[in-house]
Amino acid sequence: MKRMLRNMFDNLNKKTAKGTKLHWLHSTVEAFESFTFVSKNTAASGAHLRDAIDMKRAMSLVIIALVPALLFGIFNVGYQHYLSCGETIKEVGFWAMFGYGLLKVVPMIVVSYVVGLGIEFAFAQRRGHEVNEGYLVTGMLIPLICPPDVPLWMLAIAVAFAVIIGKEIFGGTGMNFLNPALVARAFLFFSYPSQMSGDVVWIADKADAVSGATSLGEMMTGSVLPSSSLLDMFLGFTPGSVGETSAVAILLGAALLLITGIASWRVMLSVFVGGALMGITFNLFGTNAYMNLPFYYHFLMGGFLFGAVFMATDPVTSSQTNTGKYIYGLLIGMMAVLIRVVNPAYPEGMMLAILLMNVFAPLIDYFVVQANIRRRTNRWKANADNKEMK
Amino acid sequence: MKNKEPLFSAQSLKLIKNPFNKENPITVQVLGICSALAVTAKMQPAVVMAISVTVVVALSNVICSLLRNTIPPRIRIIVQLVIVSLLVILVDQVLKAFVYDVSKQLSVFVSLIVTNCIVMGRIEAFALNNKPFPSLLDGIGNGLGYGMILLVVSFVRELFGSGTLWGYKVVPEWLYAHGYANNSLMIMPPMALIVVGLIVWFHRTRNKDLCE
Repeated sequence: MKRMLRNMFDNLNKKTAKGTKLHWLHSTVEAFESFTFVSKNTAASGAHLRDAIDMKRAMSLVIIALVPALLFGIFNVGYQHYLSCGETIKEVGFWAMFGYGLLKVVPMIVVSYVVGLGIEFAFAQRRGHEVNEGYLVTGMLIPLICPPDVPLWMLAIAVAFAVIIGKEIFGGTGMNFLNPALVARAFLFFSYPSQMSGDVVWIADKADAVSGATSLGEMMTGSVLPSSSLLDMFLGFTPGSVGETSAVAILLGAALLLITGIASWRVMLSVFVGGALMGITFNLFGTNAYMNLPFYYHFLMGGFLFGAVFMATDPVTSSQTNTGKYIYGLLIGMMAVLIRVVNPAYPEGMMLAILLMNVFAPLIDYFVVQANIRRRTNRWKANADNKEMK
Repeated sequence: MKNKEPLFSAQSLKLIKNPFNKENPITVQVLGICSALAVTAKMQPAVVMAISVTVVVALSNVICSLLRNTIPPRIRIIVQLVIVSLLVILVDQVLKAFVYDVSKQLSVFVSLIVTNCIVMGRIEAFALNNKPFPSLLDGIGNGLGYGMILLVVSFVRELFGSGTLWGYKVVPEWLYAHGYANNSLMIMPPMALIVVGLIVWFHRTRNKDLCE
């Protein structure tokens, strides 16, 4: 098998080598070769550190971290559908639910990858770049943050918009200042509000009699507490976007990301601290039910957890300095809760909070760096003065 | 210049042609972006706006060019403002008299032509140093160059945002029945900015010498 692939790629490489007619297809071949084997381009000179981690490995680890949320999401799509029709897991069985979820979720993933990678390949060819692995993660994140009932053509447009406007315009992977997956979600949210919020979309093909509102939706309409129990919300048996419902599955992914050091614990921690601070502040002078909601509910409702673990920690769009990461995360948590509670038009504050802070991340870094420069200049001056005195 | 130039020499035609391509007020000079975002949700107001701006730019260019040797440089901005606002009030009254509905849709943006950067920009950059006739051509050229972008942007926005063109339904009913939906983001100003950005992108890919 391996030898067959090797021969195939050697053959293709010859065909697309420089000067041949098919040279314009070279980066496509390159991409698939580097995906199946390792990148063949190694540095030839100079001092280098040998390290096991590269972009492909980092991205693959994120994908692995997403698997629990994905699997649970697939199951939950089926579970919620059958539940709305009044059938429990004992009656239909686990596999029927999982199978139903597969039928709903797999097309979303396929659309996301086909459209997104298609555009990425086209741009790479056009510019003569190599294709990056960055989209592998984005393409998996997009279906996970969409409602299970999203029409596939809308998803396709959103993916195209996110990849072109959110990423390629700025130069592709590593150059984008907004998280492309969230750009896709925001595009859907603002473009098709009636199909993308409310209480219809969160359960696939639900029976009419059942209210399909998410916990966030219920709080918006003035409930004292969400109707789902805390345990259900923690385990994930609630309606919502495909991958966001189960705290357990997301925390499993978070553990992997933290152990391997892919995601920054500073960002993750400070998002939770920020959310808790804002929640407690609202509790102090709460005038309505939403303000009085205990802060830990915010972590379990909607996409807060998913956003904190997989979106806010995106190494490209978050702050780069360590102090900056604390500020960045803290503000994401605070903004998310603030938008949820105060603005009745936007049930999901997490998406908007992260996008907003993505925009501010370079500014935060700038001030952190400037503060550092000032501190060191002062220290240097103080030392110089001391020497003169002596 | 001794020998008299013909009325539409190659040079004066350039004044009209250039704003359509390499000196477009919106995509190259980056003037008048604000109104381009505000009035392009539908085609009808966009066209009315384009015509109004063309009239104001052309006439204010001519008037300022006529007065160019008598305006003291230190107070020229005030003088220009008086001239422009006079013209804008006239245009506003005409719109109210003849196309009341559109004028209502445009609301404050007609009076805001006063602050449209194209008007002041062309007076400052061209009319104050040139004779009235070239200034007239320059004003018409820039107004139409602006109008062209408005037309393209409003076409895209009305088609995908409301499913209509010039107020007539173009997206067939059966498409809606099959789950097609209008894109509400298209009606919002941010999408106008993105559409303008895409036009700039396309324009600069075609004309490499425009890239900085």
